[in-house]
Amino acid sequence: MIPILFFFFAAVAIASGIMMIVHRNPIYCALFLILTLFAVAGLYVLLNAPFIAAVHIIVYAGAIMVLFLFVIMLLDLKSETSRQRPGGLPRILSIIMSGVLLAELVLFLRSGTANLPLVEGDLIIGSTKEIGNLLFTEYLFPFEITSVLLLSSIIGSVILARLKLK
Amino acid sequence: MEIPISYYLLLSGILFTIGVVGVLTRRNAIVVFMSIELMLNAVNLTLVAFSKQFNSLDGQVFVFFVMVVAAAEVAVGLALIVAIFRLKHTVSIDKINIMKW
Repeated sequence: MIPILFFFFAAVAIASGIMMIVHRNPIYCALFLILTLFAVAGLYVLLNAPFIAAVHIIVYAGAIMVLFLFVIMLLDLKSETSRQRPGGLPRILSIIMSGVLLAELVLFLRSGTANLPLVEGDLIIGSTKEIGNLLFTEYLFPFEITSVLLLSSIIGSVILARLKLK
Repeated sequence: MEIPISYYLLLSGILFTIGVVGVLTRRNAIVVFMSIELMLNAVNLTLVAFSKQFNSLDGQVFVFFVMVVAAAEVAVGLALIVAIFRLKHTVSIDKINIMKW
């Protein structure tokens, strides 16, 4: 069962990821990205990380993508989408370089360096309790730092939104 | 039956490459931003896969922090895009070249 689910989620993630970068309308791009995010959340569940899967859906599909859709609808991009034409050499070059990157990653995987031994022991499932335990003991300092990061990003976006332009 | 970790690494490599292609080929700043989100997600998938491989939760905690950074980045980045749109009435990255000397 798990292999079938893995290949299903992987196929959905890759297909909707490709659709996201080729589709012209930014709203469809956002919707395909949401589909990719849901597939990745399914993979997190397969990897024994239910808490991360839930947070992933809440934060990405619930908050970030709403922000994206909101901005897309706020800006009038009709003229933008029709004017996009394929641009010659730089685009071909960038696709070739990305292909080289993918080939490098595949070669690295085939070299066997990443075939690390499975660590045996009691199966740890990333439940809310376990992650919370770790966050408030071992990772308490980084956790507090993230609150400063969030505060600075709130202040930054408010200042940018209130900017008087000319 | 278990899926070997290299399958997850290959999948996240493919997703990362899709994100790179999106960043390099798309001209719409918002779609470029979404591609960056896809790249962050590919790395998160790697972290969770290794977390399972090593039977440890540290990787999942790191995914949590990556999500916080992604959320902060999106909030500021979209505010920047809106500000640029108000200034130049476009989000095409070919036309936003005010930082070019």
